[in-house]
Amino acid sequence: MGEITQTHYLMLSAALFVIFLSIELILNAVNINLIAFAEQWGNPSGQVFAIFVIAVAVAEAVVGLGIIVAFYRNKETINIDEMNVMKW
Amino acid sequence: MADAITFYTLAALILALAVMVVTVRNTLYSALLLAADFLFVALLYASMNNLLLAVIQVMVYAAGIVLVYVFVVILVNLKRLPEQHPDPSRYRMIGGVLAAAVLGELVLIGLSGALLPPPAAPAEPTGSVENIAMALFTNFLIPFEVASMLLLVAMVGAIVLAKKEL
Repeated sequence: MGEITQTHYLMLSAALFVIFLSIELILNAVNINLIAFAEQWGNPSGQVFAIFVIAVAVAEAVVGLGIIVAFYRNKETINIDEMNVMKW
Repeated sequence: MADAITFYTLAALILALAVMVVTVRNTLYSALLLAADFLFVALLYASMNNLLLAVIQVMVYAAGIVLVYVFVVILVNLKRLPEQHPDPSRYRMIGGVLAAAVLGELVLIGLSGALLPPPAAPAEPTGSVENIAMALFTNFLIPFEVASMLLLVAMVGAIVLAKKEL
């Protein structure tokens, strides 16, 4: 595996934000699908669903980042492997 | 022909930017690349005659959500290095199985889509503001109100979470 350098740790700490950004990417992919199918079938329900998906994505991003900020304020870290206080 | 060139250029750019978002080391660059990715997705919507969705995409995603991400990335400036988990690749097996399942599903969808006849294309674009508004405020009125409630709850929750003493 080689020596563990500082770059490894930086990649690990970045993983939490990358997870959040990936969720946004996945929601965007769903939106593209919804709009493409709505265009194909001539039914505007797909666009309405896409708008709802955007609203839910906004709520998710705001609450998730609020949790990150609160966690960082209490624990001084955002490493996902140490985020186990709400684990059952 | 022009449609095909537009679509494939946009699709290649969107995919390349999405891969870069995940692979780039710096989280701040990652967020900014995500903003660029959302802008190209908005262009894709516009190329499908969905101008309302394109505008919403730029205003909400590229301007709003990414800005919040950038703020939090700057705010949560790491002071100490985190400890590494002994086995960083422990979820690789589950992830591989899930990815294989999704890939198989996509292949199945592609195969079944080749068999079904395509529906007749409508005369006018369905993504016009009139059509979306008509659907949103008649059939989807109750989900619309529920979404407003969800946003209110999210706003209150974010304010409570960001308070000094939790």
